[in-house]
Amino acid sequence: MSDAAAPAAVVVCAGLGKSFKADHHSFQALQDIDFQAAPGAVTALVGSDGAGKTTLLRLMAGLLKPDAGVLTVVGVDAAAAPGQIQARIGYMPQRFGLYDDLTVQENLDLYADLHGVSAAERAVKYPQLMEMTALSPFTRRLAGQLSGGMKQKLGLACTLVSTPELLLLDEPTAGVDPLSRRELWQIIRDLVRDTGLPVIVSTSYLDEADRCDHVIVLHRGKVLTQGAPASVSGVAAGRSFLVTPSGDEKPREMQARLLGDPAVIDAVPEGGRVRVVLNDPAAASALPGVAPGAVVATPAHFEDGFMTLLRAAGEPGVAPAANGPTAAVAASGLTAGTPEGRVEVQVRNLVRRFGAFTAVDNISFEVRSGEIFGLLGPNGAGKTTTFRMLCGLLSVTGGELKVGGADMRTARASGRGRLGYVAQKFSLYGLLSVRENLDFFASVYGLRGAHKRERIDWALHEFELTPYVGAPSARLAGGHKQRLAMAAALLHEPELLFLDEPTSGADPMARRDFWRRITDLSDRGVTVIITTHFMAEAEYCDRIAILDGGRILAQGAPAEIRARGAGETPTMEDAFIAIVEDSRAAESAPGAAA
Amino acid sequence: MFESVLRMIALTRKELLAILKDPRSRITLFVPPIIQCLIFGYAATFDLSNVPYAAYDQDRSAASQQLLARLDGSGVFRRIGNIDSPAAMTQAIDNGRALLVLQIAPDFERRLQAGEQADVQVVADGRNSNTAGVAMGYVSTIVATFNGDWRSGHGGATPTVQPTLRAWYNANLETRWNMIPALIGTLTMMQTVMLTALSVAREREQGTFDQLQVTPLRPAEIIVGKTVPSMLVGAVQATNVLLVAQLWFHIPFQGSFLVLYAGLVLFLLAAVGLGLFVSSVAQTMQQAMLYTFIVMMPFMLLSGLTTPISSMPQVLQDFTLINPLRYAIDIAHRVYLEGAGLDRLGPDLLPLAAIGVVALTGASWMFQRRLG
Repeated sequence: MSDAAAPAAVVVCAGLGKSFKADHHSFQALQDIDFQAAPGAVTALVGSDGAGKTTLLRLMAGLLKPDAGVLTVVGVDAAAAPGQIQARIGYMPQRFGLYDDLTVQENLDLYADLHGVSAAERAVKYPQLMEMTALSPFTRRLAGQLSGGMKQKLGLACTLVSTPELLLLDEPTAGVDPLSRRELWQIIRDLVRDTGLPVIVSTSYLDEADRCDHVIVLHRGKVLTQGAPASVSGVAAGRSFLVTPSGDEKPREMQARLLGDPAVIDAVPEGGRVRVVLNDPAAASALPGVAPGAVVATPAHFEDGFMTLLRAAGEPGVAPAANGPTAAVAASGLTAGTPEGRVEVQVRNLVRRFGAFTAVDNISFEVRSGEIFGLLGPNGAGKTTTFRMLCGLLSVTGGELKVGGADMRTARASGRGRLGYVAQKFSLYGLLSVRENLDFFASVYGLRGAHKRERIDWALHEFELTPYVGAPSARLAGGHKQRLAMAAALLHEPELLFLDEPTSGADPMARRDFWRRITDLSDRGVTVIITTHFMAEAEYCDRIAILDGGRILAQGAPAEIRARGAGETPTMEDAFIAIVEDSRAAESAPGAAA
Repeated sequence: MFESVLRMIALTRKELLAILKDPRSRITLFVPPIIQCLIFGYAATFDLSNVPYAAYDQDRSAASQQLLARLDGSGVFRRIGNIDSPAAMTQAIDNGRALLVLQIAPDFERRLQAGEQADVQVVADGRNSNTAGVAMGYVSTIVATFNGDWRSGHGGATPTVQPTLRAWYNANLETRWNMIPALIGTLTMMQTVMLTALSVAREREQGTFDQLQVTPLRPAEIIVGKTVPSMLVGAVQATNVLLVAQLWFHIPFQGSFLVLYAGLVLFLLAAVGLGLFVSSVAQTMQQAMLYTFIVMMPFMLLSGLTTPISSMPQVLQDFTLINPLRYAIDIAHRVYLEGAGLDRLGPDLLPLAAIGVVALTGASWMFQRRLG
């Protein structure tokens, strides 16, 4: 496989450009893209939302026609013969076209039929794909009833059934839990190792990009940089530090504070400390509110380099909170998340069954006023079911549940007025404009007159939605939709905020922006309950609970949970995987107590 | 209470915005009923005209010519030709050139003059039984008139009893007069049920229903907020049909608009209740659409729009008692053509009110239950 003479690239792209026209506006999606994808390698495309990742993949798949430049895929000119490319490569879009009402096997058969795969080939291919994806036990299950991770695996199997010469994957792990994510990557890596199949994958998980052979960083339709992942991390070399908070300050509070500092490029909570990337390493000793000796240099991560590149490209940093969090805390006299805070949410022996299936199995937890409480778990762990019960959208089968001292199912209208809810999926009115949506939710929450106008103005300003005020909300970009949903949920100043996977599919910039707001709200005494797939985000929480199979496997402060992972400095993700796997092993071990 | 009203107003406003903001939705809501009304007015008529017929005149006498001339002059029949053999008669019917053939026996005039019974045979294409029946009825009428005139003209005794037929409220018995006012209810119901069913199903599919449920809005307020906009849209649609009836078809309106709209309000309430009920059962928009059609088909057929309820089997007649459309059509007919007042519409209004209350209560109960 390793030809000594430079092996012919699978994809050759030179001066590639693509623009779209919509509503008489022309939009340059890609410009002057040059790169080559090597055979037998995994190439990652990273960048913020709207950077052009999907457009580039669709061009390579022969689904779009380039406007400018040359694009050759598996030796075929994409402009001249896109049909040939489509027949020879495999492309898995973000939402793969699985038919929910067909079984796993029927879906596979359908794609085999579409690609004209012969019976003899199927006899060889099917067992391989089934073994690879571990879907054999589920061949007769309807695709619609698979978990998110399993759906992605089936999509991958359907894409591979035609034995493509190149595999294009568009965010295959978006919205997939860490366990399934690891399994998917194992499949991809085995595939590349065993068959030499070249893979080009876009992702918003930067740790995934870090483990690829070649990385292309896209920004606003242009290549910002490309090369080995280490070259991206190298951008931030010598500028990354770990800062230990002192006194009562929580890592997320320190992070929020440092993010606003001009010397700081990026800051994220990590393992009880704060990882900062600085413009100038010399500033490390002069960070405000940081005890001398609390700053330690640390090797730069891929994400550090990525954020540095984005900032260098002119991307504004995360804006500091409108009201500085510290000032707000001082003014309100609240100390966020103190253990002596009143119990806001109380869940005792909560059970929810759907027929014979137990989705939530005897869970108990408490959330105190001003806390950020995270519910983490793989797909199908029961997070959303728990959430829906808390919000009063679903009745409980057994156990006790109190939100703000009342059961939300029977709570009076005023009780529900105390909570804000942001669903996993964008669920505002797509036809209505931004302002009309805000106006509607403000009105049903009982805001009127000047106060209503004031709150809507605040929301438009705080979430930077003013330029889109008249646009139908369905037409907003993903990140803006997310902000609008948050804005609508915060109009009535709820004391309790429920967020169901708010950062799923969001790029790193948007996630920082989001958490800056959450931190700020928590500082003002708002209680936040959140579910997330990003384990690193658990670091922002005061306490977390890890769910699997409807039960709580672990509960506590992030540091306590993290300690349960293997290795010297386990990450939250390591700990999560260890906890879930231990529990599953105990479950399936013979003689284990039920 | 005041807060509750404000919330309902906000929801109603939102619904109307969602319905009316999209130009496509505006067009699909208001244009089709008008077009359907025009189509019904022209196409769905049982009044015959231009019926093709062939004459098989074996007599070829002055009398037989006179009879045929009456047919030709009736404005209903159009002679497509004369034929001279039974085989040609069969052929004319078979290939559909003639809807009926009038066969006059060779001794037609002789027997008439002798004061005997003279035979005329009418052969009609029974493949379309309805049209054939109506056409044959016309022929009988023409023959009967011819009989009478012949007798009085030839000194025969005139029949002692001569029925004088007069149709009240629709003197010329035009189908259109019967059909168009009935459409005020029929066309409106279809769209109102669908609109309501889809509006909830859409919210459920897009997740906005959850969002509504976590707001202070109570289930009853959501029901009201969904009911009022659909009723408003339904009322506008009904008005459009009413305008077409009066301004285009010039069907004289005998009653009071107030009475008609009072009946419409109750009818729309029942229709929206039905729509909400459908939507409380449906999980997706597709299901809501399907269920609406499943429900609407029997309601349309068993409404008395095309076939009289009194000639249906008893079981079906009983079923029509829960059909809001049955009452709406009756109200439309009676107010429009007869000029009936509220005092005489009790038998229609009370059942409508009952259906509305039951459907809305049922729907809100289903909504609450679905939450569980």
